Order: sequence, then structure tokens, then C-alpha cells
Amino acid sequence: MKYSSQMVAKPYFIFALILLAGEILFGVLMGIQYMYGDFLFPLIPFNVLRMVHTNLLIVLILFGFMGATYYLIPEEAERELWSPKLAILTFWVFAAAGVATILGYLFVPYATLTEVTFNNLLPTMGREFLEQPLPTKVGIVLVVVSYIVNVTMTVLKGRRTVITTVLITGLIGLAVFFLFAFYVPDNLVMDKFFWWFTVHLWVEATWELIMGAILAFVLIKVTGVDREHIDKWLYLIIAMTMVSGILGTGHHFFYMGAPEYWLWIGSIASAVEPLPFFLMVLFAFTMARDSKIKHDNKIALTWAKGTAVMAFLGAGVWGFMHTLAPVNMFTHGTQLTAAHGHLSFYGAYIMIIFTMISYAMPILRGRLHGNCAKAQKLELSSFWMMNIGMLGLTLALTAAGIVQIMDLRMGTELKGFMESQESIQSIFMIRLGFGLLVFVGLITYFASFFVKEEA
Amino acid sequence: MTERITKSMAKNIYYGGGMFALLIFIALTFDTVQQIPKRSNQGQMTESVVAGKALWEKNNCVGCHTIVGEGAYFAPELMNVFQRRGAGDEASFKAYMQGWMAAQPLDIPDRRKMPQFHLTPAEVDNLSDFLIWTSKINANEWPPTIEG
Repeated sequence: MKYSSQMVAKPYFIFALILLAGEILFGVLMGIQYMYGDFLFPLIPFNVLRMVHTNLLIVLILFGFMGATYYLIPEEAERELWSPKLAILTFWVFAAAGVATILGYLFVPYATLTEVTFNNLLPTMGREFLEQPLPTKVGIVLVVVSYIVNVTMTVLKGRRTVITTVLITGLIGLAVFFLFAFYVPDNLVMDKFFWWFTVHLWVEATWELIMGAILAFVLIKVTGVDREHIDKWLYLIIAMTMVSGILGTGHHFFYMGAPEYWLWIGSIASAVEPLPFFLMVLFAFTMARDSKIKHDNKIALTWAKGTAVMAFLGAGVWGFMHTLAPVNMFTHGTQLTAAHGHLSFYGAYIMIIFTMISYAMPILRGRLHGNCAKAQKLELSSFWMMNIGMLGLTLALTAAGIVQIMDLRMGTELKGFMESQESIQSIFMIRLGFGLLVFVGLITYFASFFVKEEA
Repeated sequence: MTERITKSMAKNIYYGGGMFALLIFIALTFDTVQQIPKRSNQGQMTESVVAGKALWEKNNCVGCHTIVGEGAYFAPELMNVFQRRGAGDEASFKAYMQGWMAAQPLDIPDRRKMPQFHLTPAEVDNLSDFLIWTSKINANEWPPTIEG
């Protein structure tokens, strides 16, 4: 560790991993309730389980991004963080707000929660992924703004690199597009249209910039490849991201009340969306091949390559499967969307956080050459368990989606929704099995932190 | 392939391409916002429809159901529930909804459960009006069948 202020990243990483455990646990509970409707009902109805599952995901990714940023910014800017105290303060504010929100979901009926959190003053709740009470949303804005100020001040007073520029652009985009979470028109179609400005332009545009910057940073560190070379790749990747991702928002506007031209624009632009992810695969593997150094932290490079591959599969391949308008007519609103959602979030955003933690955490713990071989071996087995688990559950959800489409939307003898769901119980059982494998993989990953260093 | 591309070329594609895409996106956003009121029959969006949407959000219905294809996949699509359960007749759909909402949760072992939301009859009517209005949105021929 070159700068002592990089240490503020540590609590962010640890908390992100704790939230991830909660997220997967709630995923498993949902998997059970999918098959046994009486499980946990009426104690925790499905919508509450899901809200906890998805909100933990979003918050843990933000914690992961923040930890990654606070670690890499001082090294890139070649100076201490502008205000480590502010970074620690916002950690506690964000952690407290996050925990309070989750407890609110679990212990207060949602309708009551809307009443006691001033939702009547400015209604923003009850929309997918943006269910947070108004005070939490305002808290997120304050935390993100303080984070951006801290990062920008550090960079302005220090060295500017392509990585920091791309990262800050992504962060500002993240903040700007979150503001649409406060705009809830009475017209459902208008509401959905602008809801995507937050949801799509986060995950398929601005977050990709952040991800690209983190990946580039780790690759420089573990391969020692020339920065000029890395910068060119980074620009190329984010160029493709912007060109395809912004107009690619159109693939959400096919069948929700927006005009017909989105059928064409959304299909064409989003057909290009796999390209930046494919470039990431080439990027990671080319840099690994051209390695100038032999870094002892081998597992960090494994995660970096894995991130590129799994992001390409989840976001690229599984996204492309249903992104063309004539196909989407049949897949819109089925388990196929869930399949894509699971693998892309995991492959792109959870894995980039694993990559960063795998690289940075040993250094933050004083192990400058990475963890010992035994710990890395254990981490490698967790890598495979989680990847196979996620791929397996994605394949199961894909199969479930296909059966659902055949039952509900193809042919003349249509089944009803509940009847169709009952017919895919066995597929949901397989999904649950793979979900448990992911959970065991995560526990194994945690265990790798506690392997004693050889003397 | 990447040998022939220089860093400054890549940078220009990023700024140029990104800006170009953003400008088209903004222009189309303005056009879409103009067209949505007509495509969604905003004129028929009564106070009851708006109240129904607020109830939909307040009770987090989207946490289990999809509406116009978006939401959770635990429970049925509701854009065309008006046609599916009410056969397109407002009075019979509203009667159906009163009965359905009052009967929750259904006492069928292991069936997925819908909570009891304790809505007043007037509130259930608001919800019905919201779903009836939603069923008339021009969503480019979606959903493909009555089962959603």
C-alpha cells in the first residue's frame, strides 16, 4: 500500500461482502418460496424477500465501487485521498441507512412504511429496484455526492489518468441518472419510460464505465503492461459501451407504450451491446498473455479474466438472446429476463468487486505479494463453485423461461400462469440447488480470508 | 485488429460516438414524451385511475406481479387481467376484483400466497380502474396472448 488513506477502502469491502451474503441468503429463501408458497408466509411475503434481495444487491455494488475507488484513486492520483475522514463518515452514514432500510422492509408492512417515511409528500416508492423510502433515497444522494467530491478533489490536486477520468465520468453519470428515481409521473407509461433512465443507464452505461476503469487498474497492477496500451483498450471498450448502451435503452421501450421506432432503434443498438463485453474478454486475456511481470497474486488475475468471460456471457450472450424486438415479443416479462439479470449482475458487477477485493485486500492486510498459496487455492475453489452455481441457475431459469413461453404464448392450447408454474417445479428445484452451491462457494470464499499465512 | 487503432483514435470514438448517441437519445426522448399521452389514452386517466396507481405502488404489487411485462415473475401479468378475468366487461371485472381481493390469502396448501392488503371496497375499485386503463395502452400488440 503506497498511501495510508487507501485503508478507508477496507470497511467498504468487508461490508459489501457481508451484504452479499445477505443477498444470496434471501435469494435462497425466495427459491424455496417459489416452490412452497407457505414457506415464511405470512411472516415475509415474496415481495419483501425480493425487495431485500435486489436492494442488498444494489447497495453492495455501491459499497464495492466506493471501496474500489478509494483504493485506486490515491495510487492513480499519486497523493493521499482529499478527505479520508469524510470517506469514513459516509461509510457509517450509508451503512446505517442501509441497515435501517432493510430492517424497515422486514419488520414494517410496506404500506405502513410509505406512510411513516413521508412518501405522501413526494411519492417515489413501490417501483421495482427503487423501493427505498424517501429518506434513504435522499441519503443515497448525499453519500454519492460526498463520494464524488472526495474523489474529484483528490484527482484535481493530483495526477490525472485515463482511468480516473473514466471512473469519474461513470460516477457523475451514476449520480445524475439516479435523480430520475425522484420523478414518478401519474401516467404509468411515462413513469416506466423515465424509470429506465435510472435502471438501464446505470447498469448498461455508467456502471460499465466504472467497471472498465476498475478492470484496467487491476490489469495494470497484476500484468505490468504498459499504461498507454491499457488506456487504448479502455477507451475502445467504453466507446462501444456508450455507442450501444445509450440507444440500447430502446430495448426496454418495445412493449411498454412507447412509439414503434424504438423497435428498430432498440434492436439495432442493443445488438451491439455484447461488443464491449467481448472486447473486455480480449482485453483481459491479451494483457494476461503479454504480462511483463509475474505477480504472486495469481488469483486476482483469475478473477479479472473470469469477470470478462462471465460478464460477456451474462450481459452479452444472455442479453442478446432476447434483445431483438420480434423475439422480445415472446420473452418480455418471463423467467428468461430473470436468467439474464442474474448472470449479468453477477458476471459484471459482483465479479469485478471480487477482482478488486482479491487484489487489494491482501495488500490492505499487509500481504504485499498476495495471500499464501494455500489461501489462493481455497479462493480458487470458491471461484469455481460460485461460477458453476451461477451458470447452473441461469441455465435453469432459461429453461423455465422457455417452458413458460411455450405454455403461455405459443400454440392454441394455452395454460394459465399458475398452472404453467406448477409444471416447472422440477426446474425451480434445480435452480435452488445451484443457488445453494453459490452460497457454499461464498462461504468458502470467506474461509479463504482466515487461512493462516505460512511463516 | 487493435494494433491499427491508436489511443487518440479510440478516445475520439468514445467522445464522438458517445455524444452522437446521447444527442439522438435526447431527441427521441422529446418525441416519445409527446406521443405517450395519446398512446396511453391519458384523457381517460381519471382520479380513480391515478389513485389506483398510487395504491399499486403503496402495496408494492410489482414485487410479485409484472405489469406491461415489467416487475417480478412470481405472479401473473396484470396488463390484460381485465380481459382475462373480466372478459373486457367493467362491471363484472370490478365485481370479480372485490371478491378476489377479499379472499386473499387463498387457503390452498403450498400454493404461492398473495397477502391480505385490507383495502376498502372503494380502493379495490380504484385498483380495478387503474388496471382497466392499463389494459388499453398501445404497447405495440403486446401481450401476445390472453394469458400474458
